[in-house]
Amino acid sequence: MSLISITRRGVLAAGTALALSIGAMSGALAQSPPGVLIVGQIAEPKSLDPSAITALNDFRIAFNVYDGLVRYKDGTLEVEPALATDWTISEDGTEYTFNLREGVSFHDGSPFTAEAVKFTFDRMLKEDHPYYDTGPFPLSFMMGAISAVDVVDDLTVKFTLNEPYAPFLSNLAYSPGLIVSMEGVKQHGAEFGRNPAGTGPFKFAEWRSNEAVVVEANADYWDGAPELQAIVFRPITDANTRTAEMLAGGIDLMVEVPPVALSEFQGDAYTVHEQAGPHVWFLILNAKEGPFADKLVRQAANYAINKTALVDEVLEGTAAVAAGPTPPAFAWAYNEDLEPYPYDPEKARELLAEAGVEGAELTFYVTEGGSGMLDPIAMGTAIQADLEAVGFDVKIETYEWNTFLGNVNPGLEGKADMAEMAWMTNDPDTLPFLALRTEAWPDKGGFNSGYYSNPKVDELLEAARVATDQDERARLYKEMQVIVQEDAPWVFVANWKQNAVTSDKVEGFSLQPSFFLLLDDVVKN
Amino acid sequence: MGRYILRRLISAVPVLLGITVIVFAIMALIPGDPATAILGSYATPENVEKLNRDLGLDKPLVAQYFIWLGNMVQGDFGTSFSLNRPVIDEVLERFNATLILAGTAFVICSVLGIAAGVVSAANQYGWGDKAITFVVLLGISIPSFFLGMMMILYFAVNLRLFPVSGMWPIYGTRDIWALLDHLVLPASALAVVATGVIARLSRSAMLEVLRQDFIRTARAKGVHERGVIWRHALRAAMVSIIPVLGIQAGFVLSGAVYIEIVFQWPGVGRMLVDAILKRDILLVQGGVVFVAACYVMFNILVDVAQSLLDPRIKT
Repeated sequence: MSLISITRRGVLAAGTALALSIGAMSGALAQSPPGVLIVGQIAEPKSLDPSAITALNDFRIAFNVYDGLVRYKDGTLEVEPALATDWTISEDGTEYTFNLREGVSFHDGSPFTAEAVKFTFDRMLKEDHPYYDTGPFPLSFMMGAISAVDVVDDLTVKFTLNEPYAPFLSNLAYSPGLIVSMEGVKQHGAEFGRNPAGTGPFKFAEWRSNEAVVVEANADYWDGAPELQAIVFRPITDANTRTAEMLAGGIDLMVEVPPVALSEFQGDAYTVHEQAGPHVWFLILNAKEGPFADKLVRQAANYAINKTALVDEVLEGTAAVAAGPTPPAFAWAYNEDLEPYPYDPEKARELLAEAGVEGAELTFYVTEGGSGMLDPIAMGTAIQADLEAVGFDVKIETYEWNTFLGNVNPGLEGKADMAEMAWMTNDPDTLPFLALRTEAWPDKGGFNSGYYSNPKVDELLEAARVATDQDERARLYKEMQVIVQEDAPWVFVANWKQNAVTSDKVEGFSLQPSFFLLLDDVVKN
Repeated sequence: MGRYILRRLISAVPVLLGITVIVFAIMALIPGDPATAILGSYATPENVEKLNRDLGLDKPLVAQYFIWLGNMVQGDFGTSFSLNRPVIDEVLERFNATLILAGTAFVICSVLGIAAGVVSAANQYGWGDKAITFVVLLGISIPSFFLGMMMILYFAVNLRLFPVSGMWPIYGTRDIWALLDHLVLPASALAVVATGVIARLSRSAMLEVLRQDFIRTARAKGVHERGVIWRHALRAAMVSIIPVLGIQAGFVLSGAVYIEIVFQWPGVGRMLVDAILKRDILLVQGGVVFVAACYVMFNILVDVAQSLLDPRIKT
């Protein structure tokens, strides 16, 4: 019996020791000091080379480290001067001459000149450029209209385009338009993405794999030094852990709050931010073959799906119902008169009867997750139920995101009748131009995976691209939206409202409609 | 003994080669390619093809395998596509973090598990035995990732006793105390199941030993009960406990994957999950081969330790 008493005493002693040590350690729980903002990110960045990145997660860091020639005005998607002070556009719309800001330096000390601008774009676009192999540059198609970049003098640079290209300025404000340090690329080569240098309000300090990316205030920033001393971007891939970190005070700002966790942040200690942005979540319908080759059936699908239930219940109000292919965030180009297809299963059944389609079997590609895809499996099964309620027989095939893209991007022909998709873009031109034109069918290198084709839409999109007058462009886009909505090549489902939570220590933060995270005016007490 | 170790080491070579073949084949068979993963939503079939060519993934599989193997034998595991960094650097750094986590959990589960098993056996059918058996059963039944989440909720969010996640404070000093502070929750969550298994097996090993003649002799000679249990019986029982420890060490190491994700521990398990999602083939292959090699080495160590303890095992 002596054994037990000793063990009991031992357990007691061990317990006491543990309790003491916990007490001693708990005091050491460090809250971050004022002036240092800790951001909870959704993943480790792939790279911090703005020419090479495509993910919002990476943009959130890059736009604090780099500047473009132009940028989006705070709270809008309108372009304003940044590294360029002003510019002139030739009569025919093919030559853009930028006057550059004087006295700006990259974080590595090298001066910002026209040469750096030329280097940034040539590196991305010219296959024979000595640093072209430091890519790949997946978004370089946004700069595809550029035929030459010429240094006029140290502080003047001229872009020559193949043809007039209205989205050009807006694309310059996007990530492939951010100007990189020529010296930095020369020094680090393909490793530049881990050793970034730009001209932005924060300079890169440290990248600790899977722990944090740290950037520090650039005291010499041309637009005034930022308020914060430093920002720490922490990748926390698990959404529950991210929420727990926010609740425990381990991070000051959290992006992409899971809808179910939003209720945790009611009350004075937190502020929930919300901002609609240029995002569309839609279903690509295979217009080339199968039941969706008939416009009536495509319209029926639009009536059959209860989009209000999707955004309110599945997405807990973190998105709005989409009316057409253009998100309302592009205010000037968005057709306000467009009403979303109402939820009307009766109407859907009528249209199906009229088309003579009954009990059609559909193969539906669903992804497990992916950039901008929100909650794709739950949304997919809800859509399946709605479509089955009006008489379709829907078979879901689920794929991991990269496999999914590998299946969908080359086109749905012979494989599927419909597929989920989402796009986040910076200009009303990008998505319809790349995914709705006849010339954008997959075999021609575009993303029109459902083979939609309407000559009138093609014509409108081509015209909008070369129109130099914004009102004219707006008119063309608005007309395009009406036709596309009527033709229903997609089921228009949702426009995501991005969200973020800040603690009560954070001031001056707002989300941008561009989805970028701009932190130079943020204060942390 | 030296010959025994050498023989075990040589026998590990075909095992490792087999692992490289399997890992390579699996990565070649799973759908999705790195080019699509790198290019993201903007991957046109044309660009995908070009990038795969640039990455050398258009060569025949057999050729790819031998190039990879040849480089690896020379210590070159290649460069990760997604991190732009030598695979071996990344794997070593991450493996270090995993070893700290799994090692701590292993110490916890070995000490607590053996102690619980011994106490249980010494008090067979007594209240201590019953209580321990109950707790052990409970521990074995709870999935570690669920336990981890509950621990975060209670000890980190509600009580704020420990940090929620990570290995080091994001700001502040990085000393051993800071590390321990971050280790307590994940290591405990990771240790729970293994503690239960070790406790149960230690209990039966001890019971078997306690029934043997030399224990009766020791008691007859007047050795104190504490000495009988802890010195004589436990030592004999260790021969059957050590292989269990070896298996549990492997179990803890593989269980670390879930825990690393829940607690955002920067270990090799989380690295592999990320790498698989990004189709970072070289990182997955290098990581798995490295971990597998460590397992093999570890097993050899366990065997050697066992043969040292028990002279009946032929060397």
